[in-house]
Amino acid sequence: MNSKLYGSLIFELSHEGRRGYSLPKNNFGDYEIPASMQRAEEAQLPECDELTVVRHYTNLSTNNFGVDTGFYPLGSCTMKYNPKINEEMAALPQFQDLHPKQPVSTVKGALALVTLLEKSLCELTGLAHFTFKPYAGAHGELTGLMTIDNYHRSHGDLQRKKVIVPDSAHGTNPASAAVCGLEIIEVKSDSNGQVDFEDLERLVAQEGPYIAAMMMTNPNTLGLFETRIPEIARLIHDCGGLMYYDGANLNPMLGACRPGDMGFDVMHINLHKTFSTPHGGGGPGSGPVGVREGLQDFFPVVSPYHGNFAVMMRAYAYILSLGREEVKLVGPLATLNANYIKESLKDVYELPIDTTCCHEFVFDGLKDKSTGVTTMDVAKRLLDYGYHAPTIYFPLLFHESLMIEPTENESKETLDGFIAVMRQIAEEAKANPDEVKSAPHLTPIGRVDDVLAAKHPVTTYRQLKAEA
Amino acid sequence: MMEKVGVKTLDDLYAQIPESIRFRGDYQIPSEMSEMEVRDVFEKLGSQNNQLTCFAGYGVYDHYTPSVIPSLVQRSEFLTSYTPYQAEISQGTLHYIFEYQSMMAELTGMDISNASMYDGTTATAEAMMMAVAAGKKVNKVLVSETLNGDIRKVLDTYALHQGIELETIGEKGGETDVEDLKTKLAAGGVAGVIVQQPNACGIVEDFTGFADACHDNKALLIINSVAADLAVLKTPGEWGADIAVGDGQSLGIPMQFGGPYVGYMCCTEKLIRKMPGRIVGMTKDSRDQRAFVLTLQAREQHIRRQKATSNICSNQSLMALFVTIYMSLMGKQGLKEAAQLSYAGAHYLCDKLLATGQFSLVYDKPFFNEFLVRYDGDIDRLFSVYLMNGILPGVKMSDGSLLIAVTEKRTKEEIDRFVEALPLVNGLH
Repeated sequence: MNSKLYGSLIFELSHEGRRGYSLPKNNFGDYEIPASMQRAEEAQLPECDELTVVRHYTNLSTNNFGVDTGFYPLGSCTMKYNPKINEEMAALPQFQDLHPKQPVSTVKGALALVTLLEKSLCELTGLAHFTFKPYAGAHGELTGLMTIDNYHRSHGDLQRKKVIVPDSAHGTNPASAAVCGLEIIEVKSDSNGQVDFEDLERLVAQEGPYIAAMMMTNPNTLGLFETRIPEIARLIHDCGGLMYYDGANLNPMLGACRPGDMGFDVMHINLHKTFSTPHGGGGPGSGPVGVREGLQDFFPVVSPYHGNFAVMMRAYAYILSLGREEVKLVGPLATLNANYIKESLKDVYELPIDTTCCHEFVFDGLKDKSTGVTTMDVAKRLLDYGYHAPTIYFPLLFHESLMIEPTENESKETLDGFIAVMRQIAEEAKANPDEVKSAPHLTPIGRVDDVLAAKHPVTTYRQLKAEA
Repeated sequence: MMEKVGVKTLDDLYAQIPESIRFRGDYQIPSEMSEMEVRDVFEKLGSQNNQLTCFAGYGVYDHYTPSVIPSLVQRSEFLTSYTPYQAEISQGTLHYIFEYQSMMAELTGMDISNASMYDGTTATAEAMMMAVAAGKKVNKVLVSETLNGDIRKVLDTYALHQGIELETIGEKGGETDVEDLKTKLAAGGVAGVIVQQPNACGIVEDFTGFADACHDNKALLIINSVAADLAVLKTPGEWGADIAVGDGQSLGIPMQFGGPYVGYMCCTEKLIRKMPGRIVGMTKDSRDQRAFVLTLQAREQHIRRQKATSNICSNQSLMALFVTIYMSLMGKQGLKEAAQLSYAGAHYLCDKLLATGQFSLVYDKPFFNEFLVRYDGDIDRLFSVYLMNGILPGVKMSDGSLLIAVTEKRTKEEIDRFVEALPLVNGLH
């Protein structure tokens, strides 16, 4: 913690009778809430003055690391810069004060914005329609699968309940399919890290009439483009299934290839990745789902209004800023940055599949395994040097996965700085492995005891006090 | 850089993509814009919206946002970070989520809370699925007819795909029919019961006996509430609920045309391992300091994949921070005072409207800050005249009745103007 005082919880700064709010006087006369309606026990919320609240949260923020703090190569999460103009646009009162149930005649500008964003996304993905109801990527996956399930149901194809998912897929893919009431069949990866086409053919021959869809990311979670995608799409379509595109890795495809042209029928986009809306410490996101012409009639109602509208506003501001000229450079520059890091480090970190990657790639830990320094240690040591760690231990195909995604925003100087530090850590692993294994040393706290937290869960202040 | 990578052009980076599917044209989107031009586009679009004095609710309420909140929430260390996987550089996020969980547990009177969910409708759907997963080979969930229709539609969607059977508990005089509830519970096979407080018409229902009836039949009681109202109302915990869910938008989050908001989910300690979503817990670090960390992750999709308790991947972190700061500022007293103001304003307006003789209450039942009335004139005409005068008079229900909500943000002058505008409607006849 940056200081003892600011390591406190807001509850610990509370003093009875302190006020941090101001409300107008009640001049409505004698309207008392009847006692019969009221709770018996008061909610034990903190009582703090405004300055205490401001200092508390300001100081909490300094124990955090964001894209604005430093390089954030978290694979699969596309931590790009979030332009400030987008924040200002999303906060315009002409939009912010709109009730979602206002009559259409009073929200023409907001609805026009939804339509304009939809048209842009259709153009960028090669699909025909989008629904903005899904609130996040995983919610988009679920919405897309429900759309597919609705489509099959409408044809009386009630037996189509199986979804093919590569073994390298994001964990949300199988989980979303399960929530949609569908069953997962895993297809293997081949030695090049791509979908094993022979294994897929076997599955299709075996399960054809039961296949609802195949779910894929392309490039996949190893950052590799699935080169046989046209054949895969044909195989699935021929057996009556639909192709679902997990848009988590859409970024490198801007300017290169559109999911609709690859043969996908349904997809979601993570606006908080490819379209630069802030990750916000884990949300709010936005996961619009796009479909081929004809499938829009099967969109489910997964939320009441227009989804996370203020997030969509940010995405549209980003699209306008890039325009048709710059948007084409997003994919190539992200891809160049990733390959540059990969080529600069592959002599000291283990690169299991040595080929051109897209926006990200995966090392299988340090090349020299004799030091006992693990991917976890490398990740923690990076924190000491002022970098966020890459994604670690995913995908599950390797034991020591270290997944690096730089995004197109980073300068050569930033990448060179990161490369130098990664090499330095590899050196340290040999010369002084304990220094790396006990990292981080310079962060507000040291490594945390995960086991203690899970074995004896303390998840509220009330429990914490009872423990003391 | 290209030399290091071994390519001559950026195009070479994509040599592995079959030419037949390469995108070679121009995207048909606008040309790149400067900041000033972007601003201009948004301001023009914004000018086509009408900002109205809002008396609409039905799940979304126009509460006041203290200035402190946007200024703190916009701090980029919060805004531009992601899920706190690296606890050593994420104590800011982990701290506030722990505070959020603590506050939501206090507000709902429940043991524990998760780290937040997308919104109140999806949180309710997650609770429905949780009840079925916690039950033993039962897949029926009873839903009160007095539940908000927008929530019901989302439940219907999830239930269809999950193979959950939803059955409606009838209403009687605007409240859940307790006899119907008991009959349907007794029929067996029920995993959970979903009711709402205040309900879709703003009525504060009496849930006496509901929890016992549910538990006698091994069903979980799920209560959906507007978060801010729980500062004063009898809590889900006090009613004996097993799961409390709802939307936290009422805790100062702007309406912003539908989102982002924040869903909350709290439950009894017994159910913690069945709960979907992220949970933050207390622990110690290697220097023996108190620290916070994501915990009980064995329930989650990135570990359990298709066997996870839910497919939810993240929480709604920044909005959880928003309401945490709101509750810190308002504190124990402020939340109650705001609720009292909303209650008083709503009852003041209701009395004034009834006094005109042109409105009648659809149900003569105790309400909180939202009430359902019938207008004896032309409701569509009333709506258009009010809109012309900058007033959003409420939410028009499908049967032509009008649901009116009042928050602490509505001044006495604004409420009086609502009543004074009435003759304008009649004047047009």
